[in-house]
Amino acid sequence: MEYKMSRSLRSNLITYGIVVLFFVVCEILIATHILSYSLQGQLVPICAYVCMAISLNLVVGISGELSLGHAGFMSIGAFSGVVAAALVGGVAGNEPAILVISMLVGGLLAGVMGFLISIPVMRLHGDYLAIVTLAFGEIIKNILNNLYVGMDESGLHFSMNSESSLHMSQAGKVLLAGPKGAVGVNTIASFIVGILLVLFCLFVALNLINSRSGRAILAVRDNRIAAEACGINSMKYRMMAFVVSAVLAGMAGALYGLNYSSFIPSKFDFNNSIMVLVFVVLGGIGNIRGGMIAAAVLTVLPEALRFLSTYRMLIYSVVLIAVMLISNNEQARMVLRRFKNHFKKSRKKKVAPQVAVAGAGAASAKEDGAND
Amino acid sequence: MTKEEKQVVSAPESQQSGIKARRVNTKMVPLPSTSIVPERDLGKEPILECRHLGIDFGGLHAVEDFDIAVGRTEIAGLIGPNGAGKTTIFNLLTKVYQPTRGTILLDGQDLNNMSVPKVNQSGIARTFQNIRLFSNLSVEDNVRIGLHNQVKCSMLNGIFRTPQFFKSEKAFHKRALELLDVFDMADLAQVSAGSLPYGAQRRLEIVRALATEPKLLLLDEPAAGMNPSETSDLMDSILKIRDEFQIAIMLIEHDMDLVMGICEGIAVLNYGKIIAKGTPEEIQNNPEVIEAYLGAQADASAEKEA
Repeated sequence: MEYKMSRSLRSNLITYGIVVLFFVVCEILIATHILSYSLQGQLVPICAYVCMAISLNLVVGISGELSLGHAGFMSIGAFSGVVAAALVGGVAGNEPAILVISMLVGGLLAGVMGFLISIPVMRLHGDYLAIVTLAFGEIIKNILNNLYVGMDESGLHFSMNSESSLHMSQAGKVLLAGPKGAVGVNTIASFIVGILLVLFCLFVALNLINSRSGRAILAVRDNRIAAEACGINSMKYRMMAFVVSAVLAGMAGALYGLNYSSFIPSKFDFNNSIMVLVFVVLGGIGNIRGGMIAAAVLTVLPEALRFLSTYRMLIYSVVLIAVMLISNNEQARMVLRRFKNHFKKSRKKKVAPQVAVAGAGAASAKEDGAND
Repeated sequence: MTKEEKQVVSAPESQQSGIKARRVNTKMVPLPSTSIVPERDLGKEPILECRHLGIDFGGLHAVEDFDIAVGRTEIAGLIGPNGAGKTTIFNLLTKVYQPTRGTILLDGQDLNNMSVPKVNQSGIARTFQNIRLFSNLSVEDNVRIGLHNQVKCSMLNGIFRTPQFFKSEKAFHKRALELLDVFDMADLAQVSAGSLPYGAQRRLEIVRALATEPKLLLLDEPAAGMNPSETSDLMDSILKIRDEFQIAIMLIEHDMDLVMGICEGIAVLNYGKIIAKGTPEEIQNNPEVIEAYLGAQADASAEKEA
């Protein structure tokens, strides 16, 4: 028990450490003017997409359901976050505080939407579930494409027709303008809040996995019939993973939205959902740390390869294919494993003999079974 | 007079009006049991009572008129040739299949309209013929999942690591090790469940089922794939579980040494119908059972000898 707790704890600490290290390195690079201006602009989107990868990993990796509409939750978070920031902005002056409040609002609304969507969606399994989440993602996008929100001194005005039907006073300001999206956004998103959000998402995801609810979610994923026979309500725990994931996606969306002065609803389309799914698959389904790193690298890659101009998408796809091939190649894995073992040898000396004995025992018992 | 007539007429009508109407009226009054309940359980209400339990798959009557009563601490056996419907009955009892007809009373409680998890919470735990462990998780985590409804800790407590979370994890750990100790598996707690040898996987499944604190434990071929010495260990363990936890156990098994050795009441199933019920001696000497099931085995062993 002691050993296991420390193992999972150590793995979690490494994951947190990577995030903190990334932050420190970036801050140093910014301070020494090594990081180019365009790459600096990518820092907040990286944080947002890392959160998206963690969030989707909860559904795809931990709960074992393929969701193709995660950009929908991100957009709910982004647009509601913008509205909340405008509302709160008049009252409170402190930028990080406004950002945090709008992220909470974005997460809450995305969570409510996720709960409502999960009621019909979680009645399905496998491919059917994936298709329905895809449809809900598109529905959300199309609703936001027709949503007009304005704010004046009497409060918020909503319309599904046009800007003029908002009936605002002279001082009124349009916040969401249908297909033109969010306009005139006060860009208050900052890298440090982004990193804090990443840490929060990690905290939620990792703690959820290592808890009673998380075990139930894993049990339902591994064997639904056995989990139900153990008295676990499979619907409840699949919904739980979905809703927690939607909340995190909403918060990431709010961070993302408040980084741009304007953005359109079609930014959060099917391609965006697939892109996040690529992060998760590339980093290893169910591997939170891997998904995180993949999200960071793949978000920055198109920007970093800008000097290759027309060839950059070619390189991007070559990188994708290469990673897929290498991670599925037994020989490449062996090289990696040998490298890993070499690295770990000194650290594991005390524990290794025990594990080896237990492993050998299990193996020999297996052989016995085969001989029978 | 007219009232009585009406009742008589309405009964067959409601039976004709489809499954739904029948399900609404499936609650029945427990009758005195026709099967043999061990003497110590005689005065008490049986833990499990099935009345006219049946299921159709299309036109096939997979199980028909399954009437059985299991005493509170009885070890009951369910035997029969392959395809007789034994596992189907387990699936009916745990509501994996919804019965077409009949009533299941667990400790006097009607299981009608209950879902699989609800049935488990009200007191039936089972193991599976083809082992269904969470093979990616550790042995201890498998037992902890079985303890899911015994130790409570909400999602938010888990995420924000409140003191209640640590308290519940401690309770999970303690109880899991206690249960694993029943089968002397406590030292394997951190091994991945999938890497266990076959016999240990079967034992772990029993531990996981026991963790849900059942009143009735259903074991689907617990000795399948075990060698004779493992089987005799298993027999001891089953008796130990019954004595220690004071629960009823119902098992499906093809190993006659095990069935005749520990079962107090046996039901023999053939083509979905019970053809005999009784003590091991009665079953062994029942001509119908010998013809349908036991006799076939004797023939096979005779052929081998020849």
